[in-house]
Amino acid sequence: MKYMLIMRSTAEAIEASKSMDFTEIINAMGAYNESMVKAGVLIGGDGLTDAQEGFVVDFGGETPVVTDGPYGEVHELFNGFWIVEVSSREEAAQWASRAPLGAGSKLEVRRITDESDFEAFSDNEYIQKEKEWRGEGALG
Amino acid sequence: MNPGPNGVDGASIHRTVDAVWRIESARIVATLAKVTGDFSLAEDLAQEAVIDALAQWPSAGVPQNPGAWLTAVAKRKAIDGWRRRERLDDRYRAIAHDLAELGDATDAGEPIDDDVLRLVFTACHPVLGREAQVALTLRVVGGLSTEEIARLFLVPVATVQQRIVRAKKTLAAAKTPFETPDPSEWSARLGSVLGVVYLIFTEGYSATSGDRWMRAELAGEALRLGRMVAGLVPREAEAHALVALMEFQASRFGARSRADGSPVLLADQDRARWDRAQIGRGVAALERADALGRGRGPYALQAAIAECHAVAPSVDDTDWERIVVLYEALGRIAPNPVVELNRAVAVSMAVGPASGLRIVDEISTSGALAGSYLLPSVRGELLARLGRVQEARSELTTAAGLVANDRQRQVLLDKAAALEE
Repeated sequence: MKYMLIMRSTAEAIEASKSMDFTEIINAMGAYNESMVKAGVLIGGDGLTDAQEGFVVDFGGETPVVTDGPYGEVHELFNGFWIVEVSSREEAAQWASRAPLGAGSKLEVRRITDESDFEAFSDNEYIQKEKEWRGEGALG
Repeated sequence: MNPGPNGVDGASIHRTVDAVWRIESARIVATLAKVTGDFSLAEDLAQEAVIDALAQWPSAGVPQNPGAWLTAVAKRKAIDGWRRRERLDDRYRAIAHDLAELGDATDAGEPIDDDVLRLVFTACHPVLGREAQVALTLRVVGGLSTEEIARLFLVPVATVQQRIVRAKKTLAAAKTPFETPDPSEWSARLGSVLGVVYLIFTEGYSATSGDRWMRAELAGEALRLGRMVAGLVPREAEAHALVALMEFQASRFGARSRADGSPVLLADQDRARWDRAQIGRGVAALERADALGRGRGPYALQAAIAECHAVAPSVDDTDWERIVVLYEALGRIAPNPVVELNRAVAVSMAVGPASGLRIVDEISTSGALAGSYLLPSVRGELLARLGRVQEARSELTTAAGLVANDRQRQVLLDKAAALEE
């Protein structure tokens, strides 16, 4: 089963990171990634650029409004993720707990759905189509 | 993941310890084997440390660095054991000293990849038979329990236990040093490691017996081991190539069986159900292998063939000519009648069934593959395409009589029955 480890920040973590040596952060992240590569569990992951480059689509009103922010709270931001393939929820939790993240950071760990999650809807037109899209690589 | 002393039930601690063991056992056993020089003792000590964890973690909480905790406890047990047995001769005194010195340095994350690699090579040591290598690799490198291995291979727990005990005895009797092989042996020994991993995978990909057509969990474990080995020897092209091969083959799992568990053959598979992300990982792994620039070995050639299938939109749109060339290359560096048979199938797709049949008949005349279901099943297939229905039916029935997997047998019988006079 696959899990996504989602990095979340807090104001405290952002503040703390300002005084940290970026090379150290890269090295710690690199060592963590390497340990997962060497255990054969890491199958994907990427960082996200600064939230200021991002934007928000707000569904609060009658029609969606695209704005360049602001995000409601810092904890709504996330700045990167890993995808691991492991044998249990506990194993995913163990890997997550080893991430070299500083005080204030949070990792949200979510299982990635697979076909078995939609078995009850296997006749559904769009579930069928989704398989085709995946087959064509449209969903990456 | 640091539950406090309260509210931690036994089952949840057990699952956490299992997860920690799976992640850390190879490193722990490798560290202990290095300092004790005794592979079997190392594994026993590590297992004893796990028993301590199960007793202590529910009340004390899971430690911050569970792997280091287990390693430290196991090391203490090693020293205590020697003291109890009053075997503090010079050698053990020195080791005990080393252990005490080494203690925290290793736990702080000192590179011990070499130790894990030694563990992989020891588990796949040539003095052991393949079954023992497989059991030991899954147990000490993969961190699977005896019960899990027994379940995956559909054999009794006692059988796996016996295999492991005997394997350890064999290693001890042969005075196998805990080391990576000499450079002169390197490629042969790595070949055996990759062979064990691939054997585990193929058993999961197409079960040799029993009523299930494939066991995805077993194949998944092999993939993890394969990625692990490739991570340990990143300069070895064939390790990456094996990962690529397994990724491509595993990408078809979702399409290889129907809801009732019966198999769907390559030609009939819904390619929309192949896992594209996995195919992408296969392509990337094969690129890594090729980038090392040392030409393609047997796994790389097989991976390249699997890639041809993986990227083809349909059977008809498959680059069969390229597959024929790849099989010819494979036949030159790793001559094998099964490869030859696969080449025959590829030739029949690229040129026509008559050309394929000529190759099959040559294999048949040579006497290779006698008694295997593969030869009559391919021959039957080709004869059917040539319209020689009666001969085809007879071959397919013969094949069905030779196959051990119930699901495969049914496929062959169905094919024979479906042939029109």
